[in-house]
Amino acid sequence: MMKEEEPRHVISLILENESGALSRVAGLFSARGYNIESLTVAPTNDATVSRMTIVTSGSEEVVTQITKQLNKLVDVITLANLTAGSHVERELLLIKLTGSQSEKNTAKELAENYGGRLLDSSNDTYIIELTGTVSELDEFMSHLNSSVVLEVVRTGASGVGKGSEVLSY
Amino acid sequence: MDLPTAFTKNLTGAAMVPKCLSDEGVRYVFGYPGGAVLPIYDELEKQDRVNHILVRHEQAAVHAADAYARSTQKVGVALVTSGPGVTNAITGIATAFMDSVPMVIITGQVPTHAIGQDAFQEVDTVGITRPCVKHNFLVKNVDDISITIRKAFHIASTGRPGPVVVDIPKDITTEKGKYFYPKSVSIRSYDTDPHVDIKEDSLEKIISLLETAKRPMIYTGGGVIFSEAHEELKSLVRCLGYPCTNTLMGLGGYPGTDPLFLGMLGMHGTYEANMAMQNCDVLFAVGARFDDRVIGNPKNFESDDRKIIHVDIDPSSISKRVKVDFPVVGDVRYILGKMNEKLKSKGSISRNKAALTEWWKQINQWRSKNCLSYDRDSKVIKPQMVVEKLYQLTADQDEVYVTSDVGQHQMWAAQFYKFDKPRRWINSGGLGTMGVGLPYALGVQLAHPDATVLCVTGEASIQMCIQELSTAKQYGLPVKIINLNNRYMGMVRQWQEFFHGNRYASSYMEALPDFVKLTESYGHIGMKIENPSDIEGALKEALAMKDDLVFMDFITDQTENVYPMVPGGKGLSEMILV
Repeated sequence: MMKEEEPRHVISLILENESGALSRVAGLFSARGYNIESLTVAPTNDATVSRMTIVTSGSEEVVTQITKQLNKLVDVITLANLTAGSHVERELLLIKLTGSQSEKNTAKELAENYGGRLLDSSNDTYIIELTGTVSELDEFMSHLNSSVVLEVVRTGASGVGKGSEVLSY
Repeated sequence: MDLPTAFTKNLTGAAMVPKCLSDEGVRYVFGYPGGAVLPIYDELEKQDRVNHILVRHEQAAVHAADAYARSTQKVGVALVTSGPGVTNAITGIATAFMDSVPMVIITGQVPTHAIGQDAFQEVDTVGITRPCVKHNFLVKNVDDISITIRKAFHIASTGRPGPVVVDIPKDITTEKGKYFYPKSVSIRSYDTDPHVDIKEDSLEKIISLLETAKRPMIYTGGGVIFSEAHEELKSLVRCLGYPCTNTLMGLGGYPGTDPLFLGMLGMHGTYEANMAMQNCDVLFAVGARFDDRVIGNPKNFESDDRKIIHVDIDPSSISKRVKVDFPVVGDVRYILGKMNEKLKSKGSISRNKAALTEWWKQINQWRSKNCLSYDRDSKVIKPQMVVEKLYQLTADQDEVYVTSDVGQHQMWAAQFYKFDKPRRWINSGGLGTMGVGLPYALGVQLAHPDATVLCVTGEASIQMCIQELSTAKQYGLPVKIINLNNRYMGMVRQWQEFFHGNRYASSYMEALPDFVKLTESYGHIGMKIENPSDIEGALKEALAMKDDLVFMDFITDQTENVYPMVPGGKGLSEMILV
């Protein structure tokens, strides 16, 4: 649902690992009409917090408002707009394929070219795992023969800033 | 965190609730009992430090607590049961949220083992209140009750204030646990740097911008009221000698009778305030948020010629609707105090004298339009005249509070009653909740037993919480209700006249009750006033009845409209005038 002219932003948050914290963040986005391309959340090495990565899009003003509004949530400990500096992002893709042996192998080889690997094979299906940036995964998908695809599962991007700066709290 | 002031074992969760409130210094809790809160009510009954005020509908409990908070500077407290108790309270909570009122709402919940089972009177309170609270909690352990309530008060009353809900399952209230009510709490995800310090060079820049302004304007909102910054604001405005306007929420933040005051601005603001707002070259905005009822369409407001300085405690209020050139995040009282100090230390203030003379000339020209004029010789009662007389008769009293409902009467009260002090004007600005007027008056009267409390309302709004006449009787609250009865939902009717081809769809109220008899049936005094010549006498008579609630039903002109009016989506200078 991203509009062409609206730049993409990756926002990284640390929030209290409380029930309801996720719905506060998700609710904020829907209540104020902000875009969400993806949202991923999981605990970290500190069991009291969760780390969330939100990919959104919007003008400079809108994204500034998004970060201000997120900061106002009592459960949000700290956040950073990763897009403001250099950072890395990765997304995991799981894909289930079917088709003739050669079709499946073509898909597998394509995945391997992108650094992916075969995770499971049954009589008719392959499950392939692939990790990359969102655009790498998009590119892989665009080269794939869509008729072999049974299911696509993507996690959404996770990100972390480069260098010695950390999102500390 | 301080050392425990009280550390008691073997207290039930229910007993902890009144103890927390009492340790917090709460005098009144407004509420309504029900299954899930029965243990808490049982404990409330056993103590006498916290008084419970029984309302007739949970919505009114929250409104009354809200007005208690608005008129004091304390946190308002309400207590309701699970399920419908909570859903009834939602309107009150959302009203307080929109106007940044510090409140704690304690809600009963079904027992923890029944949560999620669609139990009797179960509702997902944390889920359903989430979008209209500053924060909310579900307490899952009896040992957490006291600390959670302490956190709720802390969050409600600091930063930009707001309502906080504490949901307590019934089984937690019957278990015994540890009670510990600390003097202060720290919340790592909340207690960030308060950002109240302004850098010296920012301070200098702002002051020099104000000093060099040719057409300055000072625009202040509810933030001045909540941060108690009225004295600092008065010093600053008078020191500069610049025009000042208040939002609906900000009335009383600057003295309404002061010559530098241009009246309220916005959709029904004065001509001079709106024109000055639109045409100024330096706008100093304090504790206000440029909302749609204040500036209309931001596109029509934007101007390259105008520099905006904005002081607000909430960073998200800055540059939200209008781009600000000089943002200052901080407590407005602190920042205004700093500015006053700076101005004082400078000794003399340089001003653009010639330009200012021109600017005031222009403002006085706008003033001479006399935008609030109305027909004073009318044979039917003009609602404006009622408010004007009410003001004249009470202006010399030290402690007068005015509450209102929502609609035309609210705007006339805001336009014609001059508020010289903060916290005297209590109304629903953001959410625009009809029905708040009477419960607001009750909350204010409890907080200020010796004050004159006036509720300016209309026959449509008052019926939305009319049942509270019963609460008023139970607690002997002698509020004065000024019902501007035009037999229409007046503001709806006005919009239909202006924008819907005079088709008055469902805005006429048939089958109105006889308000005099209705009031009398609740044990109060009712009056019906139909002639303009009787207004003053009736008001005097009612105001003299210090110990009674008096309901004054003024039968007013059905066709009167509120002027000026900025139609929705238009710019501030596109006012419809009388």
